[in-house]
Amino acid sequence: MPSVSSSSVVSRPAAPPASSPLTFQELLFRLQSFWAERGCILQQPYDVEVGAGTMAPETFLRVLGPRPYRVGYAQPSRRPADGRYGENPNRLFKHTQFQLILKPPPVNVQELYLQSLEAIGIDLRKHDLKFEEDNWEWPAGGAWGVGWQVMLDGLEITQFTYFQQCGGLDLDPICAELTYGLERIAAFIQDVDSLYDVVWARDPETGAAVKYGDVRFEEELQFSVYNFETADVPRLWEHFNSYEAEAKSLLEKANAVLADEKAAAAEKKRFPLLPTYELALKCSNLFNLLDARGAISVTERVGVIARIRNLAVGVAKAYALQQVS
Amino acid sequence: MADFILEIGLEEIPARMIAGAEAELGERVTKLLARERLTGDDAAVTTYSTPRRLAVLVRGVQATQADLEEQLTGPSWNVAFKDGAPTKAAEAFAKKAGVELSAVQKITTAKGEYVGATVRRPGKTAAELLSVELPKEVLGLYWAKNMYWRAGKPERFVRPVRWVVAMLDSTVVPVEIAGIAAGNTSRGHRVLHGEAPVVIASADQYAEALRGAKVVVEVAERRHLIRKALDKETRTVAGARWREDEPLVETVVHLTEWPTVLLGTFEQEYLSLPDEVLVTVMRDHQKFFAVNGPDGKLAPHFLTVLNTEVDEEGRQIIRYGNEKVLRSRFKDARFFWDVDQKTPLAERVESLKAVTFQKELGSYHWKTEQNLRVVEALSAVCPGGDPAALRKATELAKTDLTTELVKEFTELQGIIGGLYARAQGLGETAARAIYDQYTPASIEDVIPQTIEGQLLGIADRIQTITAMFGIGMAPTGSKDPFALRRAANAVVKILAESELPLTLSEVVRAGGSGEDVAAFLRERLAFYLKDVRGFAYDVVNAVLAAGGDDVRDAIARAEALTAVRGSEDFAAISIAFKRIKNILRQAEEKGFAVGSAEGVTAAEARQLADASAFLAPKVDVLRKQRAYGPALAEIATLRPVVDGFFDKVMVLDPDAVVRGAHLGLIEGVLKGFSGIADFSEIVTG
Repeated sequence: MPSVSSSSVVSRPAAPPASSPLTFQELLFRLQSFWAERGCILQQPYDVEVGAGTMAPETFLRVLGPRPYRVGYAQPSRRPADGRYGENPNRLFKHTQFQLILKPPPVNVQELYLQSLEAIGIDLRKHDLKFEEDNWEWPAGGAWGVGWQVMLDGLEITQFTYFQQCGGLDLDPICAELTYGLERIAAFIQDVDSLYDVVWARDPETGAAVKYGDVRFEEELQFSVYNFETADVPRLWEHFNSYEAEAKSLLEKANAVLADEKAAAAEKKRFPLLPTYELALKCSNLFNLLDARGAISVTERVGVIARIRNLAVGVAKAYALQQVS
Repeated sequence: MADFILEIGLEEIPARMIAGAEAELGERVTKLLARERLTGDDAAVTTYSTPRRLAVLVRGVQATQADLEEQLTGPSWNVAFKDGAPTKAAEAFAKKAGVELSAVQKITTAKGEYVGATVRRPGKTAAELLSVELPKEVLGLYWAKNMYWRAGKPERFVRPVRWVVAMLDSTVVPVEIAGIAAGNTSRGHRVLHGEAPVVIASADQYAEALRGAKVVVEVAERRHLIRKALDKETRTVAGARWREDEPLVETVVHLTEWPTVLLGTFEQEYLSLPDEVLVTVMRDHQKFFAVNGPDGKLAPHFLTVLNTEVDEEGRQIIRYGNEKVLRSRFKDARFFWDVDQKTPLAERVESLKAVTFQKELGSYHWKTEQNLRVVEALSAVCPGGDPAALRKATELAKTDLTTELVKEFTELQGIIGGLYARAQGLGETAARAIYDQYTPASIEDVIPQTIEGQLLGIADRIQTITAMFGIGMAPTGSKDPFALRRAANAVVKILAESELPLTLSEVVRAGGSGEDVAAFLRERLAFYLKDVRGFAYDVVNAVLAAGGDDVRDAIARAEALTAVRGSEDFAAISIAFKRIKNILRQAEEKGFAVGSAEGVTAAEARQLADASAFLAPKVDVLRKQRAYGPALAEIATLRPVVDGFFDKVMVLDPDAVVRGAHLGLIEGVLKGFSGIADFSEIVTG
């Protein structure tokens, strides 16, 4: 319970919800089953550092081209500059996005989304829900879309985007991207003031709670120290340059192979573009680290983002070609 | 006569775009029906909108167009009929007109004889016409940002179209818009009504049917409901009033289908944060209304407008949730405030080097140095105020860009700097100038309160304009990415509404600006006089033709001229001055020499010369005293002699000497009385 000064008229709900609210992991289970029952593939989190679920290839590359796809996955998303040594109750270096791609979007996608909220125990008859305009873009990925932030009792709980472009390419069909902020939704459902107090799991026999802080505090603290204090800047630049160099050389080869009319389809199909994209992701994460270290001046910034964009957009374009070869 | 309803059902439209789209749809449908002769002057149009729909109801629509009779004219009679027998040309004409050969008539016109035919075109039904034309009108709506959603990208619209209602009375109009066939069912409130279809029995029952499904489609009514509910909720706190905020009311009107209002509370302790921060968090981030206590000061309450109606338990849950979000935002703001205090503004000047003002120009550190230079130059020609405080304010004006609070609430730049300057004891004058530097933010906004704030505001903007012009970033057409027009409007507004003894050319000199910037400012002055002050365009042209360097003087002249513009005497003077200008132009074109007015002989010419010589010094004295009303009244007394002159005297006399004297006379009159305005610019009915 948050401490509330006695003079305040701040009120809480008269009675707690009948059954105990979902734990963090139950929340994920429910969302996964809900969407699996509606035809989504459930993927595991991508195993390379990303800043958002959008950057995982299950989104960034799958949205390209004509093939329909429905996928959901919980993506740990790293934002080194957002770390607070585990001291700020609302900010995390790494948070979890439940990311959903519906390509093409079903006509009742909003209704399905509302049903998913009911599925995690949010009774919409007792809440205020609004879809407020919020357009999304990721310039380094040449990606943008229009959509909403979904507001529940004044709290943003989901980013809902109709992707229009990715990797600088027009999408056809477009897709709907739903990004649920899991920590924030869990804190809302469980009514805790600190993300670290979110109940991650409960022992089925004793009912003893394992909290988010028990699982993740150490990581938040140590990564904050590393991201802000100890990461070796010259070495980060070295890593960045070497990942970039490999990605660039692969991209050049990819473009040559894909443009070669004499090359066999099989040769084109086996070209390792997915690994090339991973190298681009590495660069993106290193950029975020350098940024958190305060090692990127304002003048440099635009240029480095352009370098990452060249890689990401380059892979997207090559990948789109590869799909139709 | 039938009633026609069209409803476009959408996923949530951005609130900021709804009002414009609703009006445009109403206009397009109205024009379409009139163009297709389906409505007369008595048609009544009502438009509706909610976040999920745009609708228009037209009463008095014809079910079918009236038939049209048309007279067609074909080839010459002699070509169509040879010796009374029809030729190929006659047959072709009849075929094209769709009539029998026997129905072809002879038409006699001034030009000769032709074949002709009267064709009767039966009117089409409204349903037939609308099914073809409506989709074009709907998909032609303007959206600031739109999207594709269907495979193959057949159309773009603000958000996906999910249903369409199109009915004439109780009959569905068979129209398809963005792949959706129109029907007679709409949708109600997402939660309060659910997914069951809402059947519209007939067009005139549209609004009522939706009200039954918990949707108020009338925008004005939602606005009224919200205002009343805000009042009612506020009354639960003794003596409290909600802070009027019209743009926020409009936003929540367009975010709701079934609005209700709820009052929430936050802890007293957050009131130690400045009002500006609290109100920004509430208004811009949470769309909450702020509440004043009985003492007129900010009270620890807020009002939120819900898009639902819930029971008491629901109200408690929603209140609790909103209070919690607000509390965490206030906590953040207080944390940032405390962190920011650890590095005083004075210590932040150096770090401005890392904040880009403009890529090609430099950092905000560079910008600050430039502003200091301009401020010095302005102070030199504009005495008054406290130059030391102005200098301090200019030095620190941009330092708040490095604070956490401004990074979080960018809309508070300047204001935060001012508040920090005050908190850090840098003196009220400097603090106030920093606080006000970005006002007026719009043409409706007020100007900075102090001389120092006004000078800083002018210096900052003229420096920006000049530097941007210098790298080829002058606004062109609709492109003005750096809002330089707004910056120049602000300069003009400050000069117009302050008491600074500064002219436009002094500002331009202080800014080190060129003629391009000077011309840009003059153009903005004309805009200000016309669009902000509402002076007629001819008055503005007349006044600025006589000079516009002194902005407040130009306004005074425009006011005086506007007052006399309608009078009969003055209209005559305007006509006479126009005539003088024309005659002088003709004379110049023909190479006629202008002589001395002394040489005039005709009685009427003499009278004009005398009257002019008598009045000119009087008018000049009044003009110098800025007594423009009396000066113009004096000029108006010239009318009888001017009229007499033009009635009786042939100005361009064949005799070169006489002509020269006449030209000298009218040139003198023109020069002598055009110091307030160029009257020939005045448009006379």
